[in-house]
Amino acid sequence: MTVAVVQFGGSNCDRDAVRALTYLGVDAERVWHEDGLPEETTGIMLPGGFSYGDYLRAGAMAAQSPIMDEVRSKAENGTPVLGVCNGAQIGCESKLTDGAFTTNKSARFQCEHVYLRVERADTPWTNAYDVGDVIEIPIAHGEGRFEITEKRYDQLEANNQVLFRYCDKDGNSTDDANPNGSTGNVAGILGTSETVAVLMPHPERATLPDIGGTDGEGILHGFAE
Amino acid sequence: MVAQYLSMTAYTATVTVRLKHGVLDPEAETTKRSLERLGFELSALRSADKFEIDLDADDASAAEAEATEMTERLLANPTIHDYEISVAETEA
Repeated sequence: MTVAVVQFGGSNCDRDAVRALTYLGVDAERVWHEDGLPEETTGIMLPGGFSYGDYLRAGAMAAQSPIMDEVRSKAENGTPVLGVCNGAQIGCESKLTDGAFTTNKSARFQCEHVYLRVERADTPWTNAYDVGDVIEIPIAHGEGRFEITEKRYDQLEANNQVLFRYCDKDGNSTDDANPNGSTGNVAGILGTSETVAVLMPHPERATLPDIGGTDGEGILHGFAE
Repeated sequence: MVAQYLSMTAYTATVTVRLKHGVLDPEAETTKRSLERLGFELSALRSADKFEIDLDADDASAAEAEATEMTERLLANPTIHDYEISVAETEA
């Protein structure tokens, strides 16, 4: 399993992602987006950062990079794809997943630890957890408010595509526990298949024991399957 | 062929992109509060992005079609945005 961590101009969590994956025993390498995906790619991670300075909308420019056509076609063929933070914004902008991530309700950049409730435990990203588990993972974003039309939100719910919701430490998805005003407290969702997921919190920052908690390692284990 | 090239006209397409009705706009809310702090009275404030695109096209409807495709593919995100496009011949 070689995970391609796709680096765009302005990505800045690519090294952290490779380090966390390597720690978990997953073979991972950084791939510059203009170079295209290596043939041996068996997993794809879109890392966090500020690709193209968040011009126009976070993720909008990177979503137009030709490598995203390759990512979409790999995703359709079952290759696991995970978008984190800016990678989640790129995932929505490139239609890997539904919805959009836009300006936080606070209108501020927020860097803090949050609690997430696991909504699905039968995906590669959440096999390590049980439904209802509460995990603590950091967020660091200014545009993380999940927005979607009511009709399409209902479809997401009906298709069971919500992967994580912001919650308090007891697992209650309250307004107070919603850091950015996301619709339905949504922190992460699945694409049309369970092997494609995006989330705003950073699992790679909650994997190495030396830098804090390890609640996020289960998510990255999705690449080890 | 020469005649065809000569028939192209310079247009300016003005694209206005705004959040769909009902989608929260925290930056506009913050701006409104700042105006109120300055002593102004206002009941609402909405923000929008405006793009002016100079392009050559056979006629106004072709220019509008091109600008519409640009907007759908990049300038707006249809999940959260509505947009308006107006086309006029570019002033020399």
